[in-house]
Amino acid sequence: MSADLVQPALVLSLVLFVLGALGVFLRRNIITVFMCVELMLNAVNLAFIAFSRARGTLDGQVLVFFVLTVAAAEAAVGLAIIIALQRSQDTLDVDAFRILKW
Amino acid sequence: MITVILFYVFAALAVAAALVVVAQRNPIYSAFGLIVTLCSLSAIFGLLGSPFIAALQVVVYAGAIMVLFLFVLMLLGVKEEDRTSGRALKAVATALALTLAVEMGVVLVGAARPAPAAFDASTRTVAQVLFSAPYLYAFEATSILILAALVGSIVLARRDA
Repeated sequence: MSADLVQPALVLSLVLFVLGALGVFLRRNIITVFMCVELMLNAVNLAFIAFSRARGTLDGQVLVFFVLTVAAAEAAVGLAIIIALQRSQDTLDVDAFRILKW
Repeated sequence: MITVILFYVFAALAVAAALVVVAQRNPIYSAFGLIVTLCSLSAIFGLLGSPFIAALQVVVYAGAIMVLFLFVLMLLGVKEEDRTSGRALKAVATALALTLAVEMGVVLVGAARPAPAAFDASTRTVAQVLFSAPYLYAFEATSILILAALVGSIVLARRDA
């Protein structure tokens, strides 16, 4: 049924990952950059699912579960850092954040 | 046949919404584009025979994480980017993205193999793998990670930090 969808799914994963990387390069708002990172994570999840389907094993599914968990933790901490950055620099432009210590 | 048609419909939707995420200068539009991408990917996970991950994708990603994103966007006030990346950066980014696409294309196209017809990734079977020997320890460690992220985000976002 869905056996022949593995190759198209991998191509879709490639397209989404490259679009996410392009967004990380080009966007200037740090929240949009963060959303593009999430897009890249999802492209990788799609590749995991496609490979899980192609090999007939469930390890890919479990790895996607862990990627989801880590992405949730990463989003919580990352957005807290963005709030702190907005407080200290009063902007969300990525070029404004060039010092490591305040 | 209907599976293949649905796959291409949702794939086109996912790519179009991803383009919105990358091309929009207003972060709110980017966030809504990302939600559409995530829901389309959930449908594609379902079509690839992974109902458990499809449900998780909607609940955790499109639900929890994107609500968090929109919450922070509203909290900080939405501003369009007042300046865009320069022409040189755009050229470099496009070249790097094309290189990445070619590299990944070479790897991924060679990696596909004929998939077995029978595939069982129901919640029961995924849970049996997740809660057995190699992954169980990682699963338990995940709870500590979540706790650390919880404490860390409270400390970071505190006003007097």
